[in-house]
Amino acid sequence: MIQDRTFKDPNREYRLFFYRVSVAAFAVLVLAGGLLWRYYHLQVVRHQDFATQSENNRVHVRPVAPNRGLIYDRNGVLLADNRAGYTLSLVVERIDDMDGMLAELEQLIDLQAEEVERFERLLKRRKPYEAVPLRFNLTEKEQGIIAVNEYRLPGVEITAQLIRHYPHGKLLAHVLGYVGRINDRELAAIDPVRYSGTYVIGKTGLEKEYEDDLLGDVGYEYVETNARGRVMRKLERIDPAAGKDLHLYLDIRLQRAAYEALGEERGAVVVMDTRTGGVLAMVSKPSFDANLFVTGIGVKAYRDLLESPDRPLFDRVLQGQYPPGSTVKPVFGLAALETGAVTPQTTIYDPGFFRLENRKHRYRDWKKGGHGTRVDLHEAIVESCDTYFYSAGVKMGIEQLFRYGSRFGFGHKTGIDMPSERPGIMPSPDWKRGARGVAWYPGDTVNSSIGQGFMLATPLQLSVAASRLASRGEIRSPRMVRAVGEDAIGSRPPAGIIEAAPSHWDYVLGAMRDVVHGERGTARRIAEGITYEMAGKTGTAQVVNIAQDAEYDAEELEKHQRDHALFIAYAPVEEPQVAIGILVENGEHGSTTAAPIARQVFDVYMGLSDDRGEVLAADVPE
Amino acid sequence: MSQSDFVRRLDMGGSALYGERTRWQRIHVDLTLLLLLLALCAAGLFVLYSASGQSEYYVRRQAMWMGGGLVAMLFVAQLTPRFLERWAVLPYAVGVLLLVAVLWLGIEAKGAQRWLDLGVIRFQPSEILKLAGPLMLASYLSKRRLPPVFRHVFWSLVLLLLPAVLIVKQPDLGTALLILAAGLFVLFLAGLPKRYMIGALGAAMVLAPLAWFYLLHDYQKQRIITLLDPQADKLGAGWNIIQSTTAIGSGGVGGKGWIQGTQSQLDFLPESHTDFIIAVLAEEFGLVGITLLLSLYLLIVARGLLISLHAQSMFGRLLAGSITLTFFVYVFVNMGMVSGVLPVVGVPLPLVSYGGTSIVTLLSGFGILMAISTERKRT
Repeated sequence: MIQDRTFKDPNREYRLFFYRVSVAAFAVLVLAGGLLWRYYHLQVVRHQDFATQSENNRVHVRPVAPNRGLIYDRNGVLLADNRAGYTLSLVVERIDDMDGMLAELEQLIDLQAEEVERFERLLKRRKPYEAVPLRFNLTEKEQGIIAVNEYRLPGVEITAQLIRHYPHGKLLAHVLGYVGRINDRELAAIDPVRYSGTYVIGKTGLEKEYEDDLLGDVGYEYVETNARGRVMRKLERIDPAAGKDLHLYLDIRLQRAAYEALGEERGAVVVMDTRTGGVLAMVSKPSFDANLFVTGIGVKAYRDLLESPDRPLFDRVLQGQYPPGSTVKPVFGLAALETGAVTPQTTIYDPGFFRLENRKHRYRDWKKGGHGTRVDLHEAIVESCDTYFYSAGVKMGIEQLFRYGSRFGFGHKTGIDMPSERPGIMPSPDWKRGARGVAWYPGDTVNSSIGQGFMLATPLQLSVAASRLASRGEIRSPRMVRAVGEDAIGSRPPAGIIEAAPSHWDYVLGAMRDVVHGERGTARRIAEGITYEMAGKTGTAQVVNIAQDAEYDAEELEKHQRDHALFIAYAPVEEPQVAIGILVENGEHGSTTAAPIARQVFDVYMGLSDDRGEVLAADVPE
Repeated sequence: MSQSDFVRRLDMGGSALYGERTRWQRIHVDLTLLLLLLALCAAGLFVLYSASGQSEYYVRRQAMWMGGGLVAMLFVAQLTPRFLERWAVLPYAVGVLLLVAVLWLGIEAKGAQRWLDLGVIRFQPSEILKLAGPLMLASYLSKRRLPPVFRHVFWSLVLLLLPAVLIVKQPDLGTALLILAAGLFVLFLAGLPKRYMIGALGAAMVLAPLAWFYLLHDYQKQRIITLLDPQADKLGAGWNIIQSTTAIGSGGVGGKGWIQGTQSQLDFLPESHTDFIIAVLAEEFGLVGITLLLSLYLLIVARGLLISLHAQSMFGRLLAGSITLTFFVYVFVNMGMVSGVLPVVGVPLPLVSYGGTSIVTLLSGFGILMAISTERKRT
C-alpha cells in the first residue's frame, strides 16, 4: 500500500480525472439533449395525437335510454308504466380480476348462477367502457351494502333505471305482453344505435306489436370520467325522446268483469265494440304475472309456467283454435237464405239424424230423437237443430259455406294489431287438397255445416263473427289501439260490407235474439232479470284431438276430453254496441258455462254505458 | 495555463473556492448549490400539490422530509473529507450487514423485501449503500496509484458487487443498478483503462441474453416487453406508459395549467405523485416546464462536477464526481422511463417525487458535496 502511494503522480492523476469529468459532462449534455428531444417529440410533434387521446380518455359518450311509452286504457287508467329500479353494473375495463370481483360481490349480495351466466352473455357484446348490468332491482339493503364497500369495488356502479311494470298483473298478461332482455336473435334484427342504453325489447303482445312506437329515441350524455370510470361531471346532454304512449280501446273494468266471469275455467273472452272494431276486453285464462319476465324470470318459475297442464303462457284468444260448433249457425243460416238453399218457409223433419243420399252413415243431431216435424230455420237457430243445417249445408255446397264463412272472418287472420295471431281453418276442397292431400268428401260438407270437422276458429274470430252479425255485415278488423301518442288513429269506415237482403238479416238476427229471449232458446236461462235485449248463439264443440300429455292423470285426462263450450252474442239488439266471443275449454255446454259469462260482461257494460256513456260513445263515427 | 487555472476561471464568482473563505464557507455551505437545491425543492412541492390531488397532507409531509434532509445535509457538510475517507469502511460494513439482515428479518411490501423495522421508523438499508458504496470505493481507489491496475479493479468490483447482489435478491433491481452505477462512476473517474471498459461492454452484450433467461424475473421481462410495445397490453402492463406519454404529449408547449391536467387529476396517470410525477409537470406546464426543470437539474450537475474538479484530494474528486453523475442518472432514468424510452424501474425523480427516504439520501449526498467543496486547502 505504501508502495502504491510512493508512486502516485498527482498531476497525471488530475489530468486523467479532468479528462474523464469532461467526457462525463459531455455525455450528460448529450443524454439531456436526448431527453429534451424525446419530450419535444411527444409534446410538439405528436401533440395533436396525444391531445385527442387525452380527450378521449376523459370524455365518454353515454347513451341515455328513453322512457318507454306508457299504455293506458280508454279511460286513462295506467296499464303499463315504468318504475325506478336500481341496477348493479360493472365496467369491465376497470376490473383487473373479474372472477375475483364476482366472488367478492357474491359475498355481498348473494349472486345467483343465472345472473352470472346472463352477465357473461352480455359481456360478449358490450361496447368499450360500457357498464354491463349484473343484478337488476337491487333492494335498499343491497344498495347500502354496495355503497359501503364502494372503495374496494372499482368499476362497480349502481345506476337508476326505469323498469317496466304492469300494475294489473295477470289481468292483462296476454294483451300487453311483456318486455324482456334483448336476446341474440333480436339483437341481430334491431338497430344497435337506437337500442344503445336500452336492455329490453317487447317480447309478446302489444309490447311487441308497438315496439317501434313505445321505444322512443335514444339520448346522449357527454361525461367526464376518471380512470375508474366514475363520472366526475356531465358536460353536455342530448335528451332522449320518450316513446309514444298507447291508448287502448280496452276498458279495464270490462276486462276485469270478463276475467272474473270466467272464474276458474280455462278459456277466452273477447269483447268488441261493433261500431269501431275496438277491443274492449280480451281475456285468456289461466294467466300469469308478466312482471316476472321483465328482469328475467328464474329457470324454475319459468319451467313451472311452461309445464303446467293448464298452459298459462298460451294465449287462447289469438292462438287457440277450436271447432266453432253451432256458433256458426247464424252465419250459415244467412248463407242458406241468401243462396236460396232455404227460405223462411222451408221446413224439415228431424228424426235425430241426417243421412246423405244412398249412404248409411247417420250424422246425429245433438238432441236424441230429434227436433221433430216442421223445423224451420228460426227454430233451427233458436234450438240449434243440427239436422236442419246438415241438410241446408249439403244443399248449398261447401263453396257457399266457405264463401260466407270467410266473409265473416273464419279461416284467415283478422288483422288485429297483435302479434302471433293464428288463422283458424275454414275448410274447402282446395284447402283439403293442399293441407291434407286428399279429396273432399260429401261428409266433410255435412260436418262443416255445423262448425265441426275440419273447421277451427280462434276466440277472436268468434267475436269478429258476432260483431259482423250485429252490425249487419260491416267488415272491420278488430283493433287494440285507438291512439298512439297524440295521434288518434280514429274511427275508420268499415273495410267492406257483407251484402244480404235486409229481410234475411232481420230473420237471422231475430232468431239470435230468441236464442236468449225465446221460450225455447238454448240460452234462455241467462235472460232472467235482464233489463236490455241481447242476441246470441250457443255452441258445443267436440274435442277431437286435443294435445294430450302423458303426464295428465286419469281425472285430468277425462276432463280434457269433455266438449268445449262456446257462445257468441251482441247487445243491445236494437242498436248493437258490443259483441262478444266466448270459449270455455272442456266447459261441456255453451248454454250453461259460456252464455252466463256473456250476461255478466254485458251487464257490466250496460252499467258502464249508463255511467260513462259519453266515453264509450266517443269512438262512434259521426 | 495549467488545468487548475482553467478550473479557477470556470468558477464565476459566487463562492470563491480559492482565496478568501466567505461566511457561508466557514459554516461549510456551498451557497450556489444550496440555492439551486432550494429552488428544486420548491418546484417539487409546487408540482406535488397538483399531482397528489391538491393534498396538503402530502405537501406538508414532503416539506418535513425536505427540512429533515436539509438538516442532514448541513450535518454531513460539517464532516471533513479526511474524516469520511478514514471511516468510509464503517457505513459500508454496517450497510452490508443490514442488507444481510433484511433478507432474514425484512418486512415485505409490494412483493419485495426491502424494509427494516427499527421500531420508530422503517427504512431500507439499500439507501445507506447509495452513499456508502461510492464512499467505500473512492476511499479504496484514492489510496492507490491511478489509473488502477487489474488487481485494484478486481477488488473494487468485489466491493461493489457484494451489496449489489444482496439488493438484487430483495429483489430491487433498480436500486442495485444505481449503486452499481455510482461505483462504476468512481472507477471511471479514477481512470479505468479503456480496454476494461470495452471488455466489460463486450461481456455485457454476451451476458445480456443469459440474464434474460436466468436472472430477470417475469415482471422485469414484462417491463422490457412493455417498453417495446406498450399497445400490446393496453389495460395491463402498457397502461402506465400509454397514460404517461399521453399526459406528456397532451401538455404541448405551454401545458394545460396548474391543477388542470386531466390525465393526472382524473387518475388516468398511475403513481402520479411518486415515480411518474414528471408526467404531471409535463402535462400541466408543457415543454416550457420540462425545459426549466431539466435546466435546473443540469445546473446542479454542473455545480457538482465543478466541485469535484476543485476538490482538494483525489478522494473528494472521485466521490463528488460519482455522487453528481449518479444524481444525473436518477434524472435521466426517471424522465426516460416516464416518457417511454427506458423500461419502468422504480427510480424517483430526485427531490420532486414524493418519498422521504430518497430525499434524505439525496440531500445527505449533497452534504458530502458541500463538505468537499468547503474543505480547507490541504498543505
